[in-house]
Amino acid sequence: MTTAPVITGIGVIAPTGLGAEAHWSATLSGTRAIDTIRRFESGYYPVRVAGEARNFVATGNVPGRLIPQTDHWTHMALVATDMALADAGVDPSALPEYEMGVVTASSAGGVEFGQREIQELWSKGPRHVGAYQSIAWFYAATTGQISIRYGMRGPCGVVVAEQAGALESLAQARRVLEDGARLVVSGGTEAPFSPYGLTCQISNGLMSTQGDPALAYRPFDTGANGYVAGEGGAILIVEDAASARARGAEKVYGVIAGHAATFDPAPATGRPPALRRAVELALAEAGLAPGDVDVVFADAAGTPELDRAEAEVIAAVFGAHGVPVTAPKTMTGRLYAGGPSLDVATALLAMRDSVLPPTVGVAELVPDYEIDLVRDEPRPCRVRSALIIARGYGGFNAALVLRAPNSTATGGDR
Amino acid sequence: MKELTLDDLRSLMRLSAGEDESIDLDGDIIDTTFKDLAYDSLAVLEMASRLERDWGVIVPDEVAATLETPRAVLDYVNERAAVN
Repeated sequence: MTTAPVITGIGVIAPTGLGAEAHWSATLSGTRAIDTIRRFESGYYPVRVAGEARNFVATGNVPGRLIPQTDHWTHMALVATDMALADAGVDPSALPEYEMGVVTASSAGGVEFGQREIQELWSKGPRHVGAYQSIAWFYAATTGQISIRYGMRGPCGVVVAEQAGALESLAQARRVLEDGARLVVSGGTEAPFSPYGLTCQISNGLMSTQGDPALAYRPFDTGANGYVAGEGGAILIVEDAASARARGAEKVYGVIAGHAATFDPAPATGRPPALRRAVELALAEAGLAPGDVDVVFADAAGTPELDRAEAEVIAAVFGAHGVPVTAPKTMTGRLYAGGPSLDVATALLAMRDSVLPPTVGVAELVPDYEIDLVRDEPRPCRVRSALIIARGYGGFNAALVLRAPNSTATGGDR
Repeated sequence: MKELTLDDLRSLMRLSAGEDESIDLDGDIIDTTFKDLAYDSLAVLEMASRLERDWGVIVPDEVAATLETPRAVLDYVNERAAVN
């Protein structure tokens, strides 16, 4: 048996703030960080609002050599990794290099970098495409740069599963620990805002075209009209519990107690989505009954059909109004691969401080959604375990159960 | 054609691959190897491609790999620029 993996460090780059504490305090106060897109001229696009991490600055925070060599998405992950390692009190140079791995998630890759080079190609010719295009755009670029920068030469990888990706990265981190690694840098970030990047997303038909930031993203509301995208995410340090103890880790935020991934049947089959099975399998693996779960962090897709499917699953598993449900991503937008890792970070902070962060912008809950949505104000609540739900475009479902470090439940040991 | 100077090369190197905080490109680098300046093979390729774009001197990839120091690059480019 391997002891359940623990999360010992958090690094956040998000529209709500830089660093876990800034993000957490903005989240508790219900600060919506969605606004008109400023990263490029977005006035001609049908989607005009987003959650941008505007306080993020690469210069001075990212090694100078890596700024022109990597995408904005990698810049954010490198800074978040610095934060997470410092938070965990880990000095990577003091640990065996082959026992540290890196598993991140990515959905868009280095799309802004790629667009710049494609523009060079069509406007000036092939000799003007930079050599770094070969390594900067692709999904594993961030994992690779983190591995090189911190000398982490153990198992590395990247998971591409749209918004479900970051939960899958934690599941893969857990497998890597079971195979003998002692520490994994996991989670993910996303930087989806360039004209090309946004255009690719718009094609899914699920984004909100509402230009008023206050009305654009209202999951579970009678006025739900699509989702808003955001940038950033969270990097998490995941360790084998025994290894963390052995190195004298000062804090343990929580335990990864259960996980499951399912994939929806093809629409033509008429079979229902597989989200419920993911939730039930994750709870079963954690050894928890629905009544043991103190909060659900919803996927909150923001379109009526997807919201209904999720509300029905939550009500079916936990009972009508049976568990508090929240979606702090209403303040940041959906961060794709970075989103669920930010939800995990937020859930761990909720555990630490015994308070549930609110969902903002929901004025009128759809009457027959039988969910207890935490709205507008934080709610004091002891959090011993939390369920994070994530769905990725194209049929990905993921569910992750976190348990408080001092909880007496035994789930998660395998 | 204008001669490529070490200062030109320095700014081209910064544009190509950025600047490492631990290495002073403004120092006496003319005989320092690119390896010691932490410019890996990809950085040298990028530099070669910018030399072609901005200075009109073709530096084939296999030649770029043999140019180990800034002096070697200056000599290679200026010899060819003089012929052109």
